[in-house]
Amino acid sequence: MYQWDFGILWGYRWLFVNGLWVTLAFTAAIVLLGLAVGLFSGLLRLSRFAPLRWLSQAYVEVFRCTPILVQLVWFYYALPILAGIEMMATTAAVLALSLYGGAFYSEIIRGGINSIEAGQSEAALALGMTPNQAMRRIVLPQALKRMVPPLMNQSIIQLKNTSLVSVLAVPDLLYQGQAAAHDSYRPLEIYTLIAVIYFVVLFPLTLLVGRLERRLARAD
Amino acid sequence: MSDTMIEVAGLQKRFGDNTVLRSIDLRVARGEVVALIGPSGSGKSTLLRCLNLLVVPDGGTVRMGERRFDFGGGDALPGTGALAKFRATTGMVFQQFNLFPHRTALQNVMEGPLTVRRMAKPQAEALARELLDKVGLSDKAEQYPSRLSGGQKQRVAIARALAMQPEMMLFDEATSALDPELVGEVLGVMQSLAAEGMTMVIVTHEIAFAREVADRVVFLRDGVIVEDGPARQVIDTPRQDATRAFLSHFHRQREG
Ligand SMILES: Nc1ncnc2c1ncn2[C@@H]1O[C@H](COP(=O)(O)OP(=O)(O)O)[C@@H](O)[C@H]1O
Ligand SMILES: [Mg+2]
Repeated sequence: MYQWDFGILWGYRWLFVNGLWVTLAFTAAIVLLGLAVGLFSGLLRLSRFAPLRWLSQAYVEVFRCTPILVQLVWFYYALPILAGIEMMATTAAVLALSLYGGAFYSEIIRGGINSIEAGQSEAALALGMTPNQAMRRIVLPQALKRMVPPLMNQSIIQLKNTSLVSVLAVPDLLYQGQAAAHDSYRPLEIYTLIAVIYFVVLFPLTLLVGRLERRLARAD
Repeated sequence: MSDTMIEVAGLQKRFGDNTVLRSIDLRVARGEVVALIGPSGSGKSTLLRCLNLLVVPDGGTVRMGERRFDFGGGDALPGTGALAKFRATTGMVFQQFNLFPHRTALQNVMEGPLTVRRMAKPQAEALARELLDKVGLSDKAEQYPSRLSGGQKQRVAIARALAMQPEMMLFDEATSALDPELVGEVLGVMQSLAAEGMTMVIVTHEIAFAREVADRVVFLRDGVIVEDGPARQVIDTPRQDATRAFLSHFHRQREG
């Protein structure tokens, strides 16, 4: 029978705190950048100009149809050679994860905008609004409300995806845990704690998304 | 003619290889009320939407006052700014109301003046309250559309269109989505607009209303104007067999 000894975790507490901090900071960065990229790409996808739509679609499909781990490694090892630039592991990781998330956000945003009945923008145009005004004042505010739950779901997935940056030696929660496990020869306790920390952060968020979804379902 | 509100000539519209409007000529005088009738799919909505360029025609001209748009002659299509300015001078009312669900009744009516006419908020609100009063809904100003009946929604939609102080109003089956007992309140508002001298083009299946309120009735079938004349004459003694067939089918349906 394995002898659990959770007492050893205390000695590594600052490692976990630092790791969690890096994970959260990473998540904030890739969610914000990803949303910006996703909004841009989602609007391009709805453009009147076909080449812009193709561009957006190509971006989305490339990032949706390759594994995120492959993207991370490619951005770190291959892109610098192609572009002739030095790239820090964190830069490569932020770039890859933001673009990966952006592809999914883009689809959510496009779907949210498309879900607003055509009659809404027709009514706005009939009042004399330009297409941009109709989008900003009438379509987007309604679409955003519908997009919030799926965007939050995708952001939760993004938080979990940050654990992959440990392969590039970015010192996130998982990377610090690996270091502690090597040091202490106590991987069971350490990976259990890591799992618990992710769960404690994410579970309230999934509850919140569920509540939002139910409230929106009632509102319609 | 100086009293022409809007005039279209040789208007054509195709969707893919489906030709929906074939060379339509139509003139509406200032203050005139024209009812557009015809079977479903005959192109009534498309014609109405060409009048405010919500649908861009493939051929022909649309002229309103000094503004004239030519289509299909190889000229560049009008830009989004020019289209928006043009549409701002006409009001449109839709079968499905299309109220903005994230805005209250009052905010729906204020939206055009605020966003398009750049009116100051207090003026826009005063105007909106006045118009809600006019359609009999001053007590519903703070309600969201989801709390209104169909008839109330449609009256808010009419007030919203009037807030742009349009020169002409277009109605696309404004009462077709309403429960029968709510039709009257909307027709009442439309009738008083007509009595005030508003220029109106009304797509409707309310033949009795068209006969009563319209100056002219235009019968459209398969994208062609089959008959165009004084309302009572077209409805009581149509000249064309197609019009007669359509109207008789209509009477049977109403009585049956
Ligand atoms: N946006 C559109 N795209 C493709 N076909 C359309 C569109 N709008 C209308 N049509 C077609 O044009 C024809 C006339 O439609 P419509 O003008 O709505 O007729 P009505 O209002 O008289 O019922 C129909 O065959 C319809 O399917
Ligand atoms: Mg129609």
